[in-house]
Amino acid sequence: MVEMPVLDPTKCDGCGLCVGVCHSNALAIVNNIITIIETVECDWCTDCELVCLTGAISCPFEIIAQEP
Amino acid sequence: MTVQLKFLNSIVYFSDLAPAELESIRKLIFEKTADRAEIVLLEGESAANLYFVASGVVKVFKTSAEGKEQTLSIVRPGESFSDVPIFDGGPNPVSARAMSPVLLYGIKKSDIEAILGNNPQIALNVIKVLARRVRHLVSLVEDLSFKHVISRVAKILFEHIGGENGPGPRLTQQEMAAMAGTAREVVGRSLKTLEEEGAIKLDRHRIIITDKEALQKIMEVSS
Repeated sequence: MVEMPVLDPTKCDGCGLCVGVCHSNALAIVNNIITIIETVECDWCTDCELVCLTGAISCPFEIIAQEP
Repeated sequence: MTVQLKFLNSIVYFSDLAPAELESIRKLIFEKTADRAEIVLLEGESAANLYFVASGVVKVFKTSAEGKEQTLSIVRPGESFSDVPIFDGGPNPVSARAMSPVLLYGIKKSDIEAILGNNPQIALNVIKVLARRVRHLVSLVEDLSFKHVISRVAKILFEHIGGENGPGPRLTQQEMAAMAGTAREVVGRSLKTLEEEGAIKLDRHRIIITDKEALQKIMEVSS
């Protein structure tokens, strides 16, 4: 399973700005709501989170320490 | 070309105008398209046109002498960029890049001057837009005391490392910004700098602390 951005459909207003900025084809609008398409092409650029005005999409980071 | 009057009216510059006034402005608009990642404005060059975003998203940024980019704002449909050089006659103080395929509406500088002369309401609207822009930039300047911010971001990463007791909480850049008392854009740049300094590695959704000692040294820089 590929880790993907997190979507809150209740906040999504279907503006589509995130779909436009995604260079990995990881987002699409289906029935006026953003749908996330699981793909290894997603490089976590976080541009989708950056352009979203409603906070519907987020790209949280996991912080881990490298094994010595 | 199908510039919609309703869309024009939604642009702050042209709000509260009568239909006849909107129609006179519509005739002066030309369209310009750009592909994702295409530069639509270059810092230092002279500006001939004022642009509004009709669809898509544009990023406004400055580039340092070392080639590092600092995002200043995100321009969404209905918003403008390249205002400053049009009004003060100087070169572009910033660059702008299309973040997605974009459609821009442009108005030539000479036409803007005529519009302002004939429509005092537009002049007032422009003042409002520029005042908001100044407020946003003042806030960003406050956040950009970079030397202090990076140590706060380093501290946040250090305090949220997942480990033996289980994974740590996942944090968005916005959440880190709120904790550090800064802007999301500054957190993004701080993470890149921490990676360049070898303290962390960015691996998609993971921030890997590769050198705990280096991170702690950065944390200890007084803020």
